[in-house]
Amino acid sequence: MTRPYTIALAGNPNAGKTSVFNALTGARQHVGNYPGVTVEYKEGSALHEGKKVAVVDLPGTYSLTAYSPEELVSRNYLIGQRPDVVVDVVDASNLERNLYLAVQLMELGVPLVICLNMMDVAKTRGLRIDAAKLSQLLGVPVVPTVARQNQGMDDLLAAAVQVAQSAPEWRPLNISYGSDVDQGVAELADILQGAQERRGLLSARWLAVKCLEGDQEVMDRVRETPELADKLLPVCRRVAAHIKSTMDDDPDSIVADYRYGYITGITRQVVSSEREVRMDLSDKLDQVLTHRLMGPLFLFLVLYGIYNFVFWASEVPVVWFEHFFAWLGGVVESALPPGVLSSLIVSGVIGGVGGVLGFTPLIAFMFFAIAVMEDSGYMARVAYIMDRVLRIFGLHGNSVMALMVAGGISGGCAVPGVMATRTLKDPKARLATILTVPFMNCGAKLPVYSLLIAAFFAHFQAEMLFLLTLISWGLGLGAAKLLRVTVLKGEQTPFVMELPPYRAPTIKGLVIHTWERTWQYAKKAGTMILGVSVLMWAAMSFPGLGPEQDAAWQKRLAAAPGQTAGLELKAERARQELAGTLAGQAGQALTAVTAPLGFDWRANVALVGGFAAKEIIVSTLGVAYSLGEVDPEHSQSLSKRLAAEPGWNPLKAFALILFVMVYAPCLATVVMIRRETGTWRWAMFSVAYNTLIAYLLALVVYQGGKALGLG
Amino acid sequence: MTDAITLRQLQPGQRATIKKVGTSGELGRRMREMGLLPGTEIQVLGRAPLKDPVEIKLRGYNLTLRNNEADLITVEIGE
Repeated sequence: MTRPYTIALAGNPNAGKTSVFNALTGARQHVGNYPGVTVEYKEGSALHEGKKVAVVDLPGTYSLTAYSPEELVSRNYLIGQRPDVVVDVVDASNLERNLYLAVQLMELGVPLVICLNMMDVAKTRGLRIDAAKLSQLLGVPVVPTVARQNQGMDDLLAAAVQVAQSAPEWRPLNISYGSDVDQGVAELADILQGAQERRGLLSARWLAVKCLEGDQEVMDRVRETPELADKLLPVCRRVAAHIKSTMDDDPDSIVADYRYGYITGITRQVVSSEREVRMDLSDKLDQVLTHRLMGPLFLFLVLYGIYNFVFWASEVPVVWFEHFFAWLGGVVESALPPGVLSSLIVSGVIGGVGGVLGFTPLIAFMFFAIAVMEDSGYMARVAYIMDRVLRIFGLHGNSVMALMVAGGISGGCAVPGVMATRTLKDPKARLATILTVPFMNCGAKLPVYSLLIAAFFAHFQAEMLFLLTLISWGLGLGAAKLLRVTVLKGEQTPFVMELPPYRAPTIKGLVIHTWERTWQYAKKAGTMILGVSVLMWAAMSFPGLGPEQDAAWQKRLAAAPGQTAGLELKAERARQELAGTLAGQAGQALTAVTAPLGFDWRANVALVGGFAAKEIIVSTLGVAYSLGEVDPEHSQSLSKRLAAEPGWNPLKAFALILFVMVYAPCLATVVMIRRETGTWRWAMFSVAYNTLIAYLLALVVYQGGKALGLG
Repeated sequence: MTDAITLRQLQPGQRATIKKVGTSGELGRRMREMGLLPGTEIQVLGRAPLKDPVEIKLRGYNLTLRNNEADLITVEIGE
């Protein structure tokens, strides 16, 4: 058995690389994360004449300079792993800019095949491209394709395998960068050629060019050998000074100029414009969709539509999931003798994991809606429209989607919200967005709100919910700003972004995108969440009632005069049991801290439980107020009980609402923050930051309200 | 003689040629990668609802950048 050939797919974002990957590999693909960075990594296999070919999807990049994590990952993969062949996916309708990466790949010397994708789009724009001529001029195979319609995929695979089979040497392309730079490059290459340390099989000339370009990573490596650095750096400085004085420019911009010069020379010969297309459909759409007044209105309608779609579409499947887990719990309950083991599996494992997995359909539809926005090209417009506003708060135009998904329109979920921040390239803005996401009103907070609103603000239900949405946005943006001027201080990174043309998404692409993300979400519920939900279960079950107390309760229950009295006694027993557990004790211990906010121990236990998942707050309050388990969706009885309870009033309820809105993100979110930031530090920070703000906020509201005589 | 104006000063619909990209480092590199080089023809397509960022067309595709980034690009208006 010989090792299968490895094809690496490279290309600009929006060049249709994903479509090519999907068309080549179909269902034979899986997603991973590059270690240490949050760049996604996809691998799959294609079949060529019955033989497997490994396909690695490199992150989409515009260039190979070590600038963003994506570019670094791509370059290091090419240099370190040396795939048998690299397929560069090029957007035929945007040839000039796309060839910039191709030229860099050729300069590196990798065995290359160019996939001239989106030939159909080029045609509708009135462009005719001579692929044979392009291939001849560049000296690499060029295969015209329309990946979305599966056209040319066999030819592409055949061309790639043929290149791989011939096992070519790496042959770097040497472009002239003008006499000044060329001389410097030659001088540096001479030094590097003679140097002991040849980095892998990279050409001395390539390294020399990188030195002149001031490539961070190459320079760092050069500095590791001081003798080499002592010879190289003076030359670099001299060339740079010379270029500055004669042309008022930097070596790296001269290099880029000449690369583009080379490209323009080629495109002039291969691209001919059949007719002048003054403004294509995409630009016309932009005139409306990013219009001053129409743009924001349309955006609002889209978001409103998504919100309605997601809830409408997921309503039924969510109930199926709930029924399934309830049924599963019932089966286990009847199969096992009552006791700790049964309780562990039913309440701890099935209840905890089920609570998170039960949301899966909702999240799948949310991901589907996001995939539609991304694949259609509208997402980039959302960033474009919103950038100016979000910049005020130190966020980025792309932050808006994460915030919306997380519950910017009440009812989202912070977990996919955190995942949605992946579209942000600026690490600090991304982190600020991740830490802002938990402020939004996710679907799990809504039952708590509706319980308290029904009890204390029954006449203003809709107004209150709207007010809470405004408050959560205000607090979230304010919290982001606070982070950006303190722990996440730093220059804002550039907003130089491509606005891809509008395209109709393909069903296949949507399904794959939705599936990938949903699967990641479900996998997480099975692992981390399981462990912590068992811990939470233990905290809310142990130590429980002692044998004597238990016996006393059995006696009282047996003596209960009727069914209603029996039920009341049972609820009373549950309340006492909860009070005795670790969570109950924690709740009582916390009263010293939460008394200034007006919370009693029962609210505290509920809040402790709410750390696992916010829905638990309602059911725990039910137990704590001796009502037994309360279904979060049907909490009228608890509502009435709270309204009548002495010590509860609208002010206290409002302080509690605000606290629930802001305090520690739920477990699933914390785990997701850990995963997306790569460190527990930020996950813990998020818990502390939110809880602190929640505490101060509730304190100010409650004490302020009391001082004003509202309590 | 043509007045040196910046990309920010262009009106929607106006076409111009880039004379100079007055920045280096990371932002300069990013701009070059996206094809913003001296000699490149650009056209302003429009601005976002709050007048910032700006959307331009160059080399047959659409690019957006913030006004303070557009300030760094000197252009010359064609005929």
